Amino acid sequence: MEKFEVFTGTAVPLRRSNVDTDQIIPAVYLKRITKTGYDDALFAAWRGEPDFILNQPAYKGAQVLIAGADFGTGSSREHAVWALRDYGFKAVFSSKFADIFRGNAGKQGLLAGLITDEDTEKLWAAIEANPGVGATVDLEARTVSVGSLSVSFQIDDYTRWRLLEGLDDIGLTLQNEQAISEFEARRPSFKPKTLPAKGV
Amino acid sequence: MTDKPLTLAEKVWRDHLVVKGEDGAPDLLYIDLHLVHEVTSPQAFDGLRMAGRPVRRPDLTIATEDHNTPTLDIDKPIADVTSRTQIEALRKNAAEFGVRIHSLGDANQGIVHVVGPQLGLTQPGMTVVCGDSHTSTHGAFGSLAMGIGTSEVEHVLATQTLPLKPFKTMAINVEGTLRPGVTAKDIILAVIAKIGTGGGQGYVLEYRGSAIRALSMEGRMTICNMSIEAGARAGMVAPDATTYAFVKGRPHAPEGADWDAAVAYWDTLPTDDGAVFDAEINIDADNLDPFVTWGTNPGQGVSLLDTVPSPDDFADANEREAAVNALRYMDLTPGTKMKDIAVNTVFLGSCTNGRIEDLRAAASVIQGRKKADGVTMLVVPGSAKVRLQAEAEGLDKIFTDFGAEWRFAGCSMCLGMNPDQLAPGERAASTSNRNFEGRQGKGSRTHLVSPVVAAATAVRGTLSSPSDLEPLDPLTTGIATLGNN
Repeated sequence: MEKFEVFTGTAVPLRRSNVDTDQIIPAVYLKRITKTGYDDALFAAWRGEPDFILNQPAYKGAQVLIAGADFGTGSSREHAVWALRDYGFKAVFSSKFADIFRGNAGKQGLLAGLITDEDTEKLWAAIEANPGVGATVDLEARTVSVGSLSVSFQIDDYTRWRLLEGLDDIGLTLQNEQAISEFEARRPSFKPKTLPAKGV
Repeated sequence: MTDKPLTLAEKVWRDHLVVKGEDGAPDLLYIDLHLVHEVTSPQAFDGLRMAGRPVRRPDLTIATEDHNTPTLDIDKPIADVTSRTQIEALRKNAAEFGVRIHSLGDANQGIVHVVGPQLGLTQPGMTVVCGDSHTSTHGAFGSLAMGIGTSEVEHVLATQTLPLKPFKTMAINVEGTLRPGVTAKDIILAVIAKIGTGGGQGYVLEYRGSAIRALSMEGRMTICNMSIEAGARAGMVAPDATTYAFVKGRPHAPEGADWDAAVAYWDTLPTDDGAVFDAEINIDADNLDPFVTWGTNPGQGVSLLDTVPSPDDFADANEREAAVNALRYMDLTPGTKMKDIAVNTVFLGSCTNGRIEDLRAAASVIQGRKKADGVTMLVVPGSAKVRLQAEAEGLDKIFTDFGAEWRFAGCSMCLGMNPDQLAPGERAASTSNRNFEGRQGKGSRTHLVSPVVAAATAVRGTLSSPSDLEPLDPLTTGIATLGNN
């Protein structure tokens, strides 16, 4: 995972709340067995509509998404994060994220920052007044800025640290190998095992 | 000194703690059971292969095929190339990494959340994960069961643990007695309508109260299944005699001294008196009606006796805007009686309502009746075993006599990724869990309902409950009474 550094990229106002993962990437795109190449699948149904925000030339190459409340609800599909990432998004801001989506985002280096409803409106207005304007995301300072407007966002310390350092989860966990083995030795014998298979 | 009273969720958490997180790091929890299916696993196995890592505990892992399997012609090669590729990838990965798999055509194949409990692999006090949000189903046994993303699938395959941040706890108290024709599905739709699709965010829900105690395990699974639709990470019900009776004797249930030790442990799990929940809500079971959704998220639900709401009914600006979008997508006019909404299709199945009791309840409503003209009804058992059981009871005959299609097991029309889909603009009464835009096929319109409402809707062609049906003449039909659960 790459380290997350301060960057400025085109910002998009997505004036919709409750954007579920079926909207971010419809289920038909989940049949691929690769981990990349989902850029065409992002918001696939909406992108068929000519006036959808991402179809407007000013927002081409967007990297920062400012969405309404309850972003990423529904299915746990990590493909939603891959689609956003493959399209080019590096950061998504909303006043409320679904838990699973936020967890998935952190693991793939996509910043999911919490902002207030009030700041969401301010950012939308600032971007719409100047379509195509860049937003600067500073994870160290936890701010997102558009022109003279600078807004603070929330992200937990641990996810922030991992994004800044670009650390891989499995590697971190395997540092606890001894503790895992000791836990396994303590597990009661009544806990079920799938093997050898019974009931077949 | 007495220990601090704990909730069920806190006890299960405590008993799976491998490493306590410090300085804001998450806790590392041990995972007792990892369920795997074809859609969210290929990239995870690929990650293991690239890193040269084995599956740490194949004996705590089990795979089945459900999401994109067809429910017709299952003996023929899968026509859709990408679906076939994904299923072949799972079979190859299972063989390479030594993971038990139940493939299409196997008697234990089915929706992953139906298969686990059926085999007795889901038991009280466990941690259960799967790359599928409806893993919350297994919480019905008093397990902490969570949906995870593909990176986490890889993490669990490699380490049998998961780094998790502690959750808050919410008690959902459901007191009273459900009226005839009102079911577990109506309870959970009412809960979601009350707290909203984000209301459970950051929480593990514990369903409590006399109405929950009175439910069968299958009803409890229906409720826990849709915890995710309330935004919660998991939903749980404390284990009791109903739970033990369900688990006992199943293929992977503990036996002999292990059974006694297990029960002794399970008895310690229910929430202690005096334990404090971070939030609490109450639902009155006595006065609950059948619930149906009108919009495009599961929180947009009303009583079946109600009308389609107007955006003006919502004080919150986000909800108002969501209602405007939903009404447009669903092609509904505020003020329309829910019971006047006509459907093209009725879908009975899914991990929410595809178990044997669901099929029995629906069959009891339609027995001796004829399906409304122009309505298609799809009946899809949740697993191959459920299908066999239903056939042994003659339920398949009741469905086919009625005019419904009797299919093989799978996720089917719950999600638009296998051949069972609605055409654009088509409207369904569906016993599944999500009414999102395009969920059942591009342009599809979904009303979430219980199995008995689905059945009554198939009879009348408009959203209906069993009490809307004309009484049957016992002399001509030979059916004296109607089951009503």
